[in-house]
Amino acid sequence: MGRIGKIARRTFLVGSAAVVGGVAFGYYAYKRPVSNPLLNDLAEGEAALTPYVKIDSAGITLITPRADSGQGAYHVQAALIAEELDVELDQVSVDPGMPDPAYYNTALSAEAAPFRSTDDGFAADTTRGIMDAMMKFMGMQITGGSTTVPDSFEKLRLAGAVARETLKAAAAEQTGADVSDLKTEKGAVILPGGGTIAYTELAATAATMDPVNDVTLRDPSTWRLVGKEMERVDILAKSTGTQAYGIDFEMDGMVHASVRTSPRGGMMNGFDAEAAREMRGVIDVVQVTDGVAVVADNTWRAIQAVNAIDVDWGPAPYPAEQAEHWQTLSDSFTSDHQDSRFRDDGDVDAALEGAEVVEAEYRAPYLAHAPLEPISAVVQVTDDRADVWTGTQIPRFVQTNVAKLTGLDTGQVFVHVLMMGGSFGHRLEDRVVREATEIAMQMEGAPVKLTYSREEDTVQNDTRQIAMARGRGAVKDGKVEAYDLGIAMPSVVASQMGRQGLPVPGPDLQIVAGAWEQPMQIPNYRVTGYRAPELAPVSSWRSVGASTNGFFHDVFLDELIHAAGADPMEERIRLCWHDPSRKTLEAVAEMSNWGSDLGPNKGRGVAFCMSFGVPTAEVVEVTNMDGAIKIDKVWVAAEVGRVIDPINFENMVQGGIVWALGHTMNSEITYADGMAEQRNYYDFEGMRLSQSPEIFVRGLENGDTVRGMGEPMVPPAAAALSNAIFAATGQRIREMPMNKHIDFV
Amino acid sequence: MKLTVNGTEHEVDVEDDMPLLWVLRDELNIKGVKYGCGVAQCGACTVHIDGEAVRSCQTAAADVWGDVTTIEGLGTPDAMHAVQQAWMEHQVAQCGYCQSGQMMQAASLLALNPAPTDADIDDAMNGNLCRCGTYSRIRAAVKTAATKLQEA
Repeated sequence: MGRIGKIARRTFLVGSAAVVGGVAFGYYAYKRPVSNPLLNDLAEGEAALTPYVKIDSAGITLITPRADSGQGAYHVQAALIAEELDVELDQVSVDPGMPDPAYYNTALSAEAAPFRSTDDGFAADTTRGIMDAMMKFMGMQITGGSTTVPDSFEKLRLAGAVARETLKAAAAEQTGADVSDLKTEKGAVILPGGGTIAYTELAATAATMDPVNDVTLRDPSTWRLVGKEMERVDILAKSTGTQAYGIDFEMDGMVHASVRTSPRGGMMNGFDAEAAREMRGVIDVVQVTDGVAVVADNTWRAIQAVNAIDVDWGPAPYPAEQAEHWQTLSDSFTSDHQDSRFRDDGDVDAALEGAEVVEAEYRAPYLAHAPLEPISAVVQVTDDRADVWTGTQIPRFVQTNVAKLTGLDTGQVFVHVLMMGGSFGHRLEDRVVREATEIAMQMEGAPVKLTYSREEDTVQNDTRQIAMARGRGAVKDGKVEAYDLGIAMPSVVASQMGRQGLPVPGPDLQIVAGAWEQPMQIPNYRVTGYRAPELAPVSSWRSVGASTNGFFHDVFLDELIHAAGADPMEERIRLCWHDPSRKTLEAVAEMSNWGSDLGPNKGRGVAFCMSFGVPTAEVVEVTNMDGAIKIDKVWVAAEVGRVIDPINFENMVQGGIVWALGHTMNSEITYADGMAEQRNYYDFEGMRLSQSPEIFVRGLENGDTVRGMGEPMVPPAAAALSNAIFAATGQRIREMPMNKHIDFV
Repeated sequence: MKLTVNGTEHEVDVEDDMPLLWVLRDELNIKGVKYGCGVAQCGACTVHIDGEAVRSCQTAAADVWGDVTTIEGLGTPDAMHAVQQAWMEHQVAQCGYCQSGQMMQAASLLALNPAPTDADIDDAMNGNLCRCGTYSRIRAAVKTAATKLQEA
């Protein structure tokens, strides 16, 4: 996937198909072709050149099926198509299209197979191939796993190239010119005499022709857009308050709803809505699965009224008190809970026997996603169709689930994906759509907008996994000699896929992700995953398993390096066998001027984690201000194969550092009486502007594989902070949030 | 009751205690102002009343004491305010959901304090949460906007 220089044509063959009113181009040929989703929705005179490009007389539309939650996915996808199509980004409109199996995500399966990203051996490739086929079969049009760039990098440029060459052929046919004499630029074919024909004027002719499939992707040295600083396609709208998000969607006859379901994640025993029914603007009070909703003529009135309902909630299906959750993890480090041991080098037990053993225990809490836009969905259900307008990362699951609830065929369910005001994994769940559908089915065809209050969004958030790790290790002759890490957590994948009714067989790679596959050559090295019993519902939170394990793995390594009396940077570099990974450490050492004198009360920590195939090294610098820690600076070097847009890249990495360090400082979700104790940003704060450090970012391009950067900056950050605090104060913090142990400025 | 928003007078029939945020969004269909927390913790709902930055989620409709300006009234894609230009120039936004509030807060800061120090910026902008973490760019954009306004 995304291998530079190798075009994986076996996974992307552009074909053609005749349709009423013209020809549309593009489907995947892969044993059994996936049909072209645009063919079902073509108007007269429109030509769908590939599943990614649509041109009619009115304009050029680039279809960007990976959803945008702020990471710039629409922009990056559009740029990749535009590079080969020879259009400027301000000439096109961008549309996420409708969900379809053709948009399955091939890159996600690479992360699902249990092989290290550094492992290019035969077994790894073979297994990845099998997962590809499964992913295609399931039609998982998912945005996640930092896969948008790897999945799109060749597919979308190839789509652009096929469309361009076909338009040239159409121009040749229209003018009689030799196609080899034609050039393309800025959305037009340039004729030998210098005249131009806009692509939009060629659409009708192109619709009558076979696609030109014999295309060669351009050499990177000729790229106009990719790798260059660009203006993000959505930046004007987002700088003027004119970007519409899911929560802003409006339509005629729409009513507003708000919902409460059990804060204990269990059943609703009963409710009294008498007071709510009397409130101004209330249209109806309706039941949904395990909860109750108010339908009103205004969002605020719906929220006020639903909060006025007196509800009797049943008990939680998981332990009621937080201490019991921790105890469950603590009890899970046993052989009967062992889920995986993918890493077992040397002989750890023998190396630890008789050695002075360094031991440590680490903890990471539940966390909410809490994107700033509360979740919402507009659903309209009539006798013969259902429409959903929402910001979602899983449009195909949404389509299937709405079909199940309504009894309609999936072909009668239309999912319109809208811009998301953040997600961080939150919109990989679709409870809001299911509830909106249940409400809409009781509203006789009226479109229903369901908006969660912030409090409901927090309480119902399927959180980041809680996790615990135990390390045992030993050093010898100033080097790390033995490293044994056990990690216990409930399975995120089982919890998340369970809510979609999908069983997931085998070990859960996420239990050890960010730890087992680290490219470190320690003579005796073991990483064991323990699957704790299911607790509170957990879901994918930016960087998933690695968000906890990157912290555990690297802080324990740092403890051993200190025990060995080695330099934290030099020893990591010595241990790292993987050349592109080592270069990230060397880069961040150079960027931060590692080893230079810092003066009093300051400290620096380094951490490394490879996650989602991206080796990422970070240095954090802190000052101890009379016992309170101020985070001054952060340096990040990450190996991504290819940076698509340096501005977007820098912004996203800086933001990911703020995300990671903010939660590390001060955020957690805890349970009491079966309910999340946190309700709003006053008790789930994250980082504020005044706390935000200077963040320096470098994207390295030494590897041969293109990778996505939505998540890999997160896992090392907490570790680098812990290591920096240790360097500045001598205090070792092994638990997040760290403000349980030390104050922050 | 009567409300003047972005220079236009509106007659609205709402409860006295309906927050201005929801009057703007649901009654007047002015959607640039955002709902984030409802309790003045995030700043996404920031608008100006007589030029002063306020949290519209905590301002009851009956208490609105002057003319209301939202991000749509600050500037438009065709005629941007200096703050919006600076936000564009620095490509501040990721998801962008908080940025209307950030820009309204920044515009109010610069109207009161044309040359803010880093500490002034920290103080003024600290109540505006950005979950995407665009703070570096927000800081830089506030400074650029300050320069633009001083040159103007």
